Amino acid sequence: MKLPTTSEIIDDIEFLDDWESRYQYIIDLGKALPPLTEQERVPEAKVKGCQSDVWMHAEKAGEQLRFRVDSDAVIVRGLLALVMAAYNEKSPGDILAFDVDQYFLTLDLERHISPTRGNGLRAIVGKIRELAAAA
Amino acid sequence: MSLDVQALRAEFPILSREVHGKPLVYLDNAATTQKPQAVIDALVDFYSTCNSNVHRGAHYLSDEATRRYEHARTVIAEFIHANAREEVIWTSGTTESINIVAKGMAERLQAGDEVVVTEMEHHANLVTWQQACKHAGAVLRVVPILDNGALDEAAFASTVNSATKFVAMPHVSNALGTVNAVQALIQVVRKQAPNALVLIDGAQGIAHGNVDVQALDCDFYAFSGHKLFGPTGVGVLWGRRSVLEDWPVWLTGGEMIATVSYQDATWGALPNRLEAGTPNIAGAIGIAAAVTWFQQLNVADVQAHEQALLQAAVERGATFEGLKLIGNAPNKIGVYSFNLTGAHPADLGFLLDRQGIAIRTGDHCAQPLMDRLGVPGTARASFSIYNTLDEVELLFRGLEKARDMLA
Repeated sequence: MKLPTTSEIIDDIEFLDDWESRYQYIIDLGKALPPLTEQERVPEAKVKGCQSDVWMHAEKAGEQLRFRVDSDAVIVRGLLALVMAAYNEKSPGDILAFDVDQYFLTLDLERHISPTRGNGLRAIVGKIRELAAAA
Repeated sequence: MSLDVQALRAEFPILSREVHGKPLVYLDNAATTQKPQAVIDALVDFYSTCNSNVHRGAHYLSDEATRRYEHARTVIAEFIHANAREEVIWTSGTTESINIVAKGMAERLQAGDEVVVTEMEHHANLVTWQQACKHAGAVLRVVPILDNGALDEAAFASTVNSATKFVAMPHVSNALGTVNAVQALIQVVRKQAPNALVLIDGAQGIAHGNVDVQALDCDFYAFSGHKLFGPTGVGVLWGRRSVLEDWPVWLTGGEMIATVSYQDATWGALPNRLEAGTPNIAGAIGIAAAVTWFQQLNVADVQAHEQALLQAAVERGATFEGLKLIGNAPNKIGVYSFNLTGAHPADLGFLLDRQGIAIRTGDHCAQPLMDRLGVPGTARASFSIYNTLDEVELLFRGLEKARDMLA
C-alpha cells in the first residue's frame, strides 16, 4: 500500500463511519509504513512516549526535509503515517505552515495529539517543527 | 454468604457511566479503585459542614474538624491493628510514606551497610532505596524472583545477613499480583539480621483485607487511600512507636514543633513531629470513611470473589491463542498481567478502551522487573470487589476483537 497524501487520508477517513473501520484504516497505514531497521532504532533517535517507543531519523534532501519514523505499537505507527503525510519530503516553509491540530481535528483524532497523551506523537511533531525552523 | 456484587456496584456512581458509548468496564483497580457514595458523601459533608483547620482549637468548627480528623486516625489504627493511634502518620500516599523512611535511613546508613529489596519492586520502593544507598555508600541487594513471579524465598534467606540494616518489600506486586509471604519473610529477617528494620509497601496489599501490623511484626507499613476506595492525595505511614519516636524529621515547619526561637527549634511528639504543615484533613476523613465502608464487607467473601474473577480470567486466557500470562505465582490477588503474540500492549489497551474496557499497559512503574521478565511491558487487567464474571468475559471478547483488528 502506497502511503496516501493528507487530502486522501481526510477523504478516506471521513468516508468511514464507525470507529472500527477508522482504526482498521489506521492500523493498515501503520503496517504499510516502512519500518526502521534494528540498527536504526538507537537511543539517540528515540522520542520518549510513555506507553510505546517512537524513533525518528531526519535528513535534508535538497530543499526538503526527509523523515523516517517508527514505533513498536502499530496504532502509533499508523498515526505516524498520518504525520508523515503532512511533513515528509516537504520544505521547511510548508512544514511550519501546516496546521497539524486542525488536521487531527478534521480526522476526529485530536485526542491522539493532545499533550496529555503519552504516545510520543506530540513530541515528534514538535521535533519536526523545530528542525524545520532551524533549517 | 457470598458478596452481593450488584448491590455493591450500585454504591459506586461511576460504574454506571459509559465511555465511547459503551458501558464502562473498569479493570484498572491496581492503579486506583473507584469510590463508593459513602466516601464521596464524607468529603462533601466535611467541606459543606465543618471545613476548618485542625489543632488550632480557637473556635467551634476547628474543634469539630479536629475531632473528625483525629477520629480518622483511630479508624486507621484499628483497621491495621496498630499498637497506638500515634503510630499512624498521615502522608500524601505510599510514595511519600516510603520517602520519609528512606530519607531517614539515608542519614543512618553507614558505608558497607546493606539494604535488601526485591526484583518485583514498584519504582516507589526501589528508587527511594537505591538513592538512600547511594547517599550513604551502602549496598543495595536485590532478591530475585522465580520465573513464575514468586519471590525466591531461598535467595531471600541467603541475602539477609548481619550487614543487613533495612529490608523493604512489597506486600503484593503491582505488576504481577504476587502476594509475598511477608510474615514468614520478616521472621527470617528477625533471626538473621536482628538489628534490621523492615518496611512493607502495602500499596497493593491493603485493599485485600486482613492487614495486622503487629502480627506481621514489621516496623513500617505504607499505603495509599486511593487504592482502598478512598480519595487521592492521602496515605498512611504506620511505624512502630519506638522506631518513629526519634525518626529523623523530614519536613519542618508548623504543627511539627514543640518550641521555636529564631535560631533553634525542638520537635513535637508523635504523630505531629512527622506531619509538618496543614494536613490533608478532608483526605484523612475520606480514607477513614473508605475503611469504615470496607470493614462492613466480609473479608473472606471479598477474597473469594477476587479469586473467582482471577480464576475465570486464567482459565479463559489459557485457551486464548497467543496469550501469555505474565506472573502465575501460587498466591496472587486479582491482577491479570499478560501479553498477546504480535500485539503491542499499547495497541491492546487502546483497542480495549474503544470498547469501554479500561486496563493499564506499559511497564507499571517497574522497569527493572520488565527487564527481568524480558518484556517491554504488559497489558494488565486488575480486578476489584465490584467487578463481575461478565466483565471478565467482556475483556476477552474485547481482546478477540483487538486481535482480529491487529491481525
